[in-house]
Amino acid sequence: MSGKPRLTYLNGRGRMEPIRWLLAAAGVEFEEVYLETKEQYDKLIKDGFLLFQQVPLVEIDGMKMVQTRAIMSYIAGKYNLYGKDLKERALIDMYVEGISDLMQMILMFPFSPPDAKEKNLESIKERATNRYFPVFEKALKQHGQDFLVGNKFSWADVQLMEAILAVEEKVPD
Amino acid sequence: MSTKPKLYYFDGRGKMESIRWLLAAAGVEFEEEFLETRDQYEKLLQGGSLLFQQVPMVEMDGMRMVQTRAILSYIAAKYNLYGKDLKERALIDMYVGGTDDLMGFILMFPFLSAEDKEKQRALIVQKATSRYFPVYEKVLKDHGQDFLVGNNFSWADVHLLEAILMVEEKKSDVLSGFPQLQAFKARISSIPAIKKFLEPGSQRKPVPDDKYVETVRRVLRMYYDIKAN
Repeated sequence: MSGKPRLTYLNGRGRMEPIRWLLAAAGVEFEEVYLETKEQYDKLIKDGFLLFQQVPLVEIDGMKMVQTRAIMSYIAGKYNLYGKDLKERALIDMYVEGISDLMQMILMFPFSPPDAKEKNLESIKERATNRYFPVFEKALKQHGQDFLVGNKFSWADVQLMEAILAVEEKVPD
Repeated sequence: MSTKPKLYYFDGRGKMESIRWLLAAAGVEFEEEFLETRDQYEKLLQGGSLLFQQVPMVEMDGMRMVQTRAILSYIAAKYNLYGKDLKERALIDMYVGGTDDLMGFILMFPFLSAEDKEKQRALIVQKATSRYFPVYEKVLKDHGQDFLVGNNFSWADVHLLEAILMVEEKKSDVLSGFPQLQAFKARISSIPAIKKFLEPGSQRKPVPDDKYVETVRRVLRMYYDIKAN
């Protein structure tokens, strides 16, 4: 059996994408199983793989992990991307949760009805430029360091990078 | 300056309630400042206290913490309610993720129209009894221990009790098919810090009412048109 983490999800970004980013940033190779049919999904449930009948699922270190945040916290903790102490972890958590709220808007965007798409795009742009990006702009300016927290590469930096690129795809400037 | 944590939120449950529960479970006394007017909120915003312009906000240990999950994780770790190692923490995070999703269905309940409330009530009960409660019932049955993770009281236990009580408020006999959870509820409720929190006069907040909804809408100027899931 491979020792690599195995990701089970649809063949697309969704809620698994931040996990892919974090594993890649940690230099961890992983395998993927793509859900293409309802039968596959039903079988996973029947075989007891999905604790709450949901994906993402990440098989790692003998665990069948579900719940995106739980998975990411584990990976960040394991690969030293979670700060050096409780307070740095708290700061990383705050940044990551804020970014996650922004990413949620982008996640839901493809599912908006056609007549709401323009409005939702405006919301994403507004939130990114008025609520979220200014926070990180200020943090970086104030401490003048290369990374968001503790002068060290962390989960927060990976998550912010992903978010910036995702927003730029919607709002190029 | 007080060294007690200070909570900034509305005088009601919302996203702050899980934080109140966890602090209480950890035996930590806390103060609260209730948002009642738009002015108070704007003053907080202008003062730069709200990192992403949102509450909950908790002042503790020299930090102005925002983002419910970040705050809860910090409290759990600080007061040894987060398991003994990375794998126990992962399990706690998974379980808390589940109860969080379940309570998420209840969070917006007060803001719904009367008709949508009935639909949502049915959905809450269905999710609780078919997706969430069976998981925790099985966990407890399989290991036969008093607590969900690592044979030790943790954040996961506090969060599950909170979720059980909230669902029971929507359907009082909802635990009837879940003997393990019934015993769990009795056990955790009798822990002194929890027992105290469940008594009248504690800082636990009641079921949200129209006044709460009106206050939130007025202060945030949001949530006027919420639909059921």
